Amino acid sequence: MSNIFPEVANKVPRWILFGLTLKVLAIIAGLYYYFTPSYTRAGYQPVQPVSFDHSLHVKQVGLDCRYCHTFVDRSEHSTVPSSNTCMNCHSVVKADSDKLALVRESYQTGESIEWVKIHDTPDYVYFNHAVHVNRGVSCVHCHGQVDEMEEVYHAKSFTMNFCLDCHRNPEEFIRPVDKVYDLQWEPEDPEWEEQAQAFVHDWKVMPPESCSGCHR
Amino acid sequence: MNRIITVVYIFLIILVVSVLGFRGSKSRKEPLYLFPDMDRQARYEPQGENPFFEDKMDDRLPPQNTIARGNALDRAGVFSSGFDATELTDVAFNTGRDEAGEFLKELPIEVNHELMELGRERYDIFCAVCHDETGDGNGAVKNFAPPTLSSANLLTQLYIDQSEGEIYNTISYGKNTMMGYADKLSPKERWAVVLYVRALQRAANATADDIPEAKRGELGL
Ligand code: HEC
Ligand code: HEC
Ligand code: HEC
Ligand code: HEC
Ligand code: HEC
Ligand code: HEC
Repeated sequence: MSNIFPEVANKVPRWILFGLTLKVLAIIAGLYYYFTPSYTRAGYQPVQPVSFDHSLHVKQVGLDCRYCHTFVDRSEHSTVPSSNTCMNCHSVVKADSDKLALVRESYQTGESIEWVKIHDTPDYVYFNHAVHVNRGVSCVHCHGQVDEMEEVYHAKSFTMNFCLDCHRNPEEFIRPVDKVYDLQWEPEDPEWEEQAQAFVHDWKVMPPESCSGCHR
Repeated sequence: MNRIITVVYIFLIILVVSVLGFRGSKSRKEPLYLFPDMDRQARYEPQGENPFFEDKMDDRLPPQNTIARGNALDRAGVFSSGFDATELTDVAFNTGRDEAGEFLKELPIEVNHELMELGRERYDIFCAVCHDETGDGNGAVKNFAPPTLSSANLLTQLYIDQSEGEIYNTISYGKNTMMGYADKLSPKERWAVVLYVRALQRAANATADDIPEAKRGELGL
């Protein structure tokens, strides 16, 4: 009796198995890469109503973050400035610029400029700016090099893992409290690592790792 | 057959990567929420948007003819029975004027090193861009501004003679082209800045006699 199936048929199960594994692997890799906040959230750069340039105002004019985000070191919320903050300068500097028309209008009518919110944690997460910046955690760890951005984008993933990576080892991220607003700071002192560990120990810097710390 | 499948496989991967790009690439689109869960809840957020009110803001102004009992930055204090309201009701402390409406000629709070350091920090944030760290009025903004925004040189005799209360008043409400900083600095912080301005003025006109005997050696005097 002749064979019903040709000889290659013996290889079919192996092919199918091999092909399926490859496909499943690719799908898992794809999901991991594309369906986590490191992809969906990081890089979000909305068009803002006024083309405000951080690198110009921070690097060239030399403004401190707190001139505009005034309450970042005093409250849980980092305030986005109202238009009269801009008018402190722009009532005179570039007073007729078209780019600032909306700011002037908002200043006169009292209606707020609708800045698009970029960083937004879920509402079941408790976050507090003041406790972080007053303990030597710089803006740069969470927001990236804002002082070099012409337009702000979402630099980090802001997953739960991202928060915990630092909460488990704060000494790797902490810096002197007066250097928090200097986003270019790099430790020059070779002994800084030990000092940071001492700082974390002496000042009892204890970031919560328990669920109720952030989900209250 | 094998080869075709491999080619299609690789082609698909390249297709996906070229359409979706890499992690961290900039995008104008709002982040995708696959499972919104309870990420966005019906609650008032600081500086949030609220269609209920005419001005569309969550943040409300205090009702007219009321005085706030402290503020959100001191929540524990505001709600405790031992809340100390003296700073709130102290007219001289809040306005920089005495009962007769004259500007105060001295600081209405205790002067110490802590207050001086607070003043230094706040001055460097809010004033130095225009008045410069030294107080001579040549801050960074000068390079960009038309001559009409010539920030005052705080080290001149005019401002050395000016009373504390008047400087406080300028910080609170501004003067001519300078706008007020009442929304950014609490009364205590404003007095701290006044104190620091006084220190800058003294430093600019200092002589060797102003330095304590013991410290003169460090400066080679
Ligand atoms: C001259 C005022 C000004 C200064 C100084 C300033 N900012 Fe901003 N910042 C703004 C305004 C206005 C926005 C909202 C528009 C935008 O996103 O570009 C903003 C937005 C941001 C955002 C994004 C907020 C969001 O929606 O999630 C971050 C993060 C930020 N600033 C960080 C910083 C840091 C860090 C510094 C100091 C290095 C700084 N800013 C200095 C005015 C300022
Ligand atoms: C301390 C002073 C200061 C403050 C406060 C300030 N700016 Fe500016 N801004 C400047 C200077 C200086 C320039 C550069 C002007 C130049 O290039 O000659 C500038 C330039 C700009 C420009 C570009 C204008 C043009 O025509 O090229 C925009 C837009 C702008 N600022 C927006 C803002 C907004 C929005 C705010 C408030 C959140 C703000 N600025 C607050 C000092 C300031
Ligand atoms: C430990 C991480 C962390 C640090 C450090 C940090 N931020 Fe943030 N920031 C966040 C998170 C999380 C949010 C989103 C909060 C929310 O959901 O409203 C945020 C939001 C903001 C916003 C937007 C607020 C709004 O309502 O639109 C601004 C502006 C901002 N941060 C500025 C700063 C500045 C300036 C500093 C440094 C002085 C700083 N942040 C330091 C984590 C951080
Ligand atoms: C770069 C380091 C770093 C990152 C990133 C970070 N934290 Fe923290 N966090 C700290 C440190 C340090 C403290 C401890 C402060 C102290 O001991 O006073 C802290 C404290 C806290 C607290 C306790 C506040 C309190 O009132 O006791 C909360 C809540 C918190 N963090 C939430 C978050 C969340 C949510 C994120 C992620 C969006 C985050 N943190 C990301 C360093 C970080
Ligand atoms: C350092 C702060 C922090 C701590 C501690 C923490 N979380 Fe979270 N958690 C977050 C943040 C931030 C998010 C939002 C993540 C996001 O949006 O991608 C989150 C999200 C979650 C979610 C929702 C995930 C989703 O995508 O639906 C769950 C469930 C959760 N946390 C459970 C826990 C549990 C259980 C613990 C204790 C073992 C815990 N968390 C401790 C910060 C924290
Ligand atoms: C945006 C730039 C700017 C900033 C920031 C600024 N000033 Fe001024 N200031 C000016 C200008 C311009 C004048 C001159 C006003 C005029 O035309 O008489 C002035 C004048 C003054 C005067 C003299 C007022 C008088 O009686 O003639 C004092 C005092 C003063 N500023 C203090 C401060 C202090 C303290 C701060 C920080 C809280 C500050 N300024 C921040 C621009 C600024």
